[in-house]
Amino acid sequence: MPKYSIQVNGSTHDVDVLEDMPLLWVLRDILGMKGTKFGCGRALCGACTVHLNDTAIRSCSIPVSAIGQSKITTIEGLSEKGDHPLQQAWEKHIVPQCGYCQTGRIMNAAALLKRNPKPSEEDIEQAMQGNLCRCGTYNRIKLAIQSATGQTVMG
Amino acid sequence: MKIIPPFEKKPANVRSDIFVASRRDFLKVGGLVAGGFMLGVNFYSCTEKGKKIASLTPSVYLSINPDGEVTIIAHRSEMGTGIRTSLPMVVADELGADWSKVHVVQAEGDEKKYGNQNTDGSFSIRQFYLPMRQAGATARYMLIQAAAKEWNVKPEECDTDNGQVVHKASGKTAPFGDFVEAAGGVAMPPPDQLKLKDPGQFKLIGRETPIIDLHDIVTGKAVFGIDAAVDNMKYAAIKRCPVVGGKIKSYNADKAMAVAGVLKVIPINGGDIPMTIFKPLSGVAVVADNTWAAIKARDLIEVEWDLGPNAGYGSAAHIEELKKEIVKEGTVRRARGDFDQAKKNAKKIIEHTYVAPYMAHGMIETPTAVAVVKNGSCEVWACTQNPQGARDALAQELGLSSEKVRVNVTLLGGAFGRKSKPDFIVEAAMLAKECGFPVKVQWTREDDIHHDFYHALSVQRVVATIDANNKLSGWNHHIAYPSIGATFDASVIQPTDGELGQGALDFPYDIPAIKVETHDATSHIRVGWLRSVRNIPQAFAVGTMLDEIAEARKMDPIANSIDLLGADRSITFNSEIPKGSYPNYNEDIARYPWETGRMKKVIERVARDAGWGKKFAKGSAMGFAAHKSFLTYTACIVEVKVEGSQITIPNVYYALDCGTPVNLDRIKSQFEGGAQFGTSIALKSEITIKNGQVEQNNFDAYKIIRMPESPKQIHVSIVESQDKPTGVGEPPVPAYTPALCNAVYAATGKRIYKLPVDLGA
Repeated sequence: MPKYSIQVNGSTHDVDVLEDMPLLWVLRDILGMKGTKFGCGRALCGACTVHLNDTAIRSCSIPVSAIGQSKITTIEGLSEKGDHPLQQAWEKHIVPQCGYCQTGRIMNAAALLKRNPKPSEEDIEQAMQGNLCRCGTYNRIKLAIQSATGQTVMG
Repeated sequence: MKIIPPFEKKPANVRSDIFVASRRDFLKVGGLVAGGFMLGVNFYSCTEKGKKIASLTPSVYLSINPDGEVTIIAHRSEMGTGIRTSLPMVVADELGADWSKVHVVQAEGDEKKYGNQNTDGSFSIRQFYLPMRQAGATARYMLIQAAAKEWNVKPEECDTDNGQVVHKASGKTAPFGDFVEAAGGVAMPPPDQLKLKDPGQFKLIGRETPIIDLHDIVTGKAVFGIDAAVDNMKYAAIKRCPVVGGKIKSYNADKAMAVAGVLKVIPINGGDIPMTIFKPLSGVAVVADNTWAAIKARDLIEVEWDLGPNAGYGSAAHIEELKKEIVKEGTVRRARGDFDQAKKNAKKIIEHTYVAPYMAHGMIETPTAVAVVKNGSCEVWACTQNPQGARDALAQELGLSSEKVRVNVTLLGGAFGRKSKPDFIVEAAMLAKECGFPVKVQWTREDDIHHDFYHALSVQRVVATIDANNKLSGWNHHIAYPSIGATFDASVIQPTDGELGQGALDFPYDIPAIKVETHDATSHIRVGWLRSVRNIPQAFAVGTMLDEIAEARKMDPIANSIDLLGADRSITFNSEIPKGSYPNYNEDIARYPWETGRMKKVIERVARDAGWGKKFAKGSAMGFAAHKSFLTYTACIVEVKVEGSQITIPNVYYALDCGTPVNLDRIKSQFEGGAQFGTSIALKSEITIKNGQVEQNNFDAYKIIRMPESPKQIHVSIVESQDKPTGVGEPPVPAYTPALCNAVYAATGKRIYKLPVDLGA
């Protein structure tokens, strides 16, 4: 099997895997970073969202062979102490119900804030529409993102 | 016709005996550090007069160590309702613990220890609120006795607060840890001396308490079923027969075996019809070094199936067949007065047929389980709602006694009823046994959409008659759907009382003639329960028809519903049920009556909150529906804005009465989520079946609501009450769909008779 050297959360990891193995399974099964979740395998639900450089990507749908020297950031590397403003806002508004989709969602929102530090409600809806939540925490997600960006929260 | 209430298994009227536990008892519970003061509890069911009818052997629920750390066992599964927080919180509040120092440990599945652990039916708070309070109060009593003796003061002058025992007169305080050894020797309080707190003394109950797993969830440390792992574990994916009841004729695994990392290919001989929930489907499994190799190789297996008797089944044809069936006379399941006479004398008759589709659960975490089978024992880790059901199914499959099977419960990444079925856990154990090493079974999303236990399609016909005095004089509700009972017993071809009791048998309106009839509908796939179950289609038909009745009577829909509810009274339905009985969600109707006054209060409250009656621009409007389910009274108003065939939802208003509200924040979050879940049901979700096979593959075709389409604001009012608490996981869902459909009608003039709503059709 081919060998790849990938950058995850500031460290280099050498992995020896099938070239078409999606990044998701490299993270979960090979590197043991399980904060990134499997949901659909086809980039339809967003549970597996990580950052490739500063862009949110669905790790279930990008093969390890396509990563190259790009810097991957997962939920484990989003903040040193679990205190990214979004993580704090998620806790303040008690966003999660089952919690399963929330790590991918926080990663997606973090990428949004990098390119748009003060997103409007519509910006948030558009940016977050690829992340499914079956428990239905959408309203609190919006609240949390707006409050993390210092904006007056809706409702 | 057989009648098997699918929800009958739960114990009613749960009481508890509390005792001082031994270190040995405590060590049985995995992950606990024994030490200090330990209390156990016997849960048992009893009759109305308090006579024990089922005694369960001891469990251990609470320990306080010499450092004052409190450990409480959570014996219910956490799938997003917050129950892992709310029940321990009840213990801690009665105890007077420092909540920040409470540890919660998840219980394994063991019916003898914990009573029924099947976390469904919005059941946990309803059944365990009082036992948990008694548990906390007992520990408080014993700590106070120990402290009072040491301080040489009267126990009644002492109290507990924030993890301390307090003697007010002298100002003495000391942490719980100081008294744990002595407390263990204190005699248990006689039941009549066990004082529970007045609601005014609560510091946690009735407030907003964050869930205990919050930080772990947002940092990715929370352990779900998919995250469970053991040493030397390998990964499996399974190609299952696309038609329920089908078998493997032959298969070719050459291409699969050529994938790097593949270790074994193993055929699984699954269950026969009826499938039950305990047996897996037939299929061919690939076991590999990692998940990807297993999935990739699984997709390369070529299988020739004997598809069996369901291969010709189609859902569209089934609906047409049921539409023909539903116009006939059915089996009368409830009868009051003379409906035929009411129809004869009617000034106006309204009659419509309501159609709703199959739906899948679509929880974001697919079924996943890890199993170790060795030395005549089995241990699994799984995202299960029903660890005991899993334990029994595993014992049966492996030929072991249940004592040799241990089921560890992880967090559940959503469940909604799917994860109370242990089929996927049995798969893991079968493979682990065959392989001789630990195996994790990973379902893909396609596996989940193709092989769910589906919410059944339904066809209903309602005939309503209005007399010359503008009164609703008759109600005739015809119902046909494949029963959940058929998943267990193929001879069940009509809805059970348990299913009808979810919004059909318990039609609460005070009118002279009521007739509920059911019709044959055979099952061809695995049917199961989905959040609020049969309340979904039944509330849809009832709630939208009531809106039409209001219009026919030239009444406001809310005034119509309050008028039809009649005088404040408690309803019992049993005298009108010719065979069987009204299950009342497994509770005695005398203890939990259907109270029309409580329903009227939530209706009035939601109308006030929403500003019901206000004028909207063209294309916008509000709709209303009210529905009691799982013993919780719920009224809902949905505001819609319709542009072309596009529906947006600016506001949703709920008012609910769930008795004593335990965790206000989680009640609100369940209703917020319930509105979102309801939006998927009303506008998006549909499973269709052709040639016995599900036609949708993933979230592109099986749709659930996304953020831009979701309700923008959800307002939840919780009625203040000190009545017995009832559940909130499912009750938000039923009223939502008819309220939305009624709003669409008010906005567009188009009535909705088929789900999901399609204004473009």
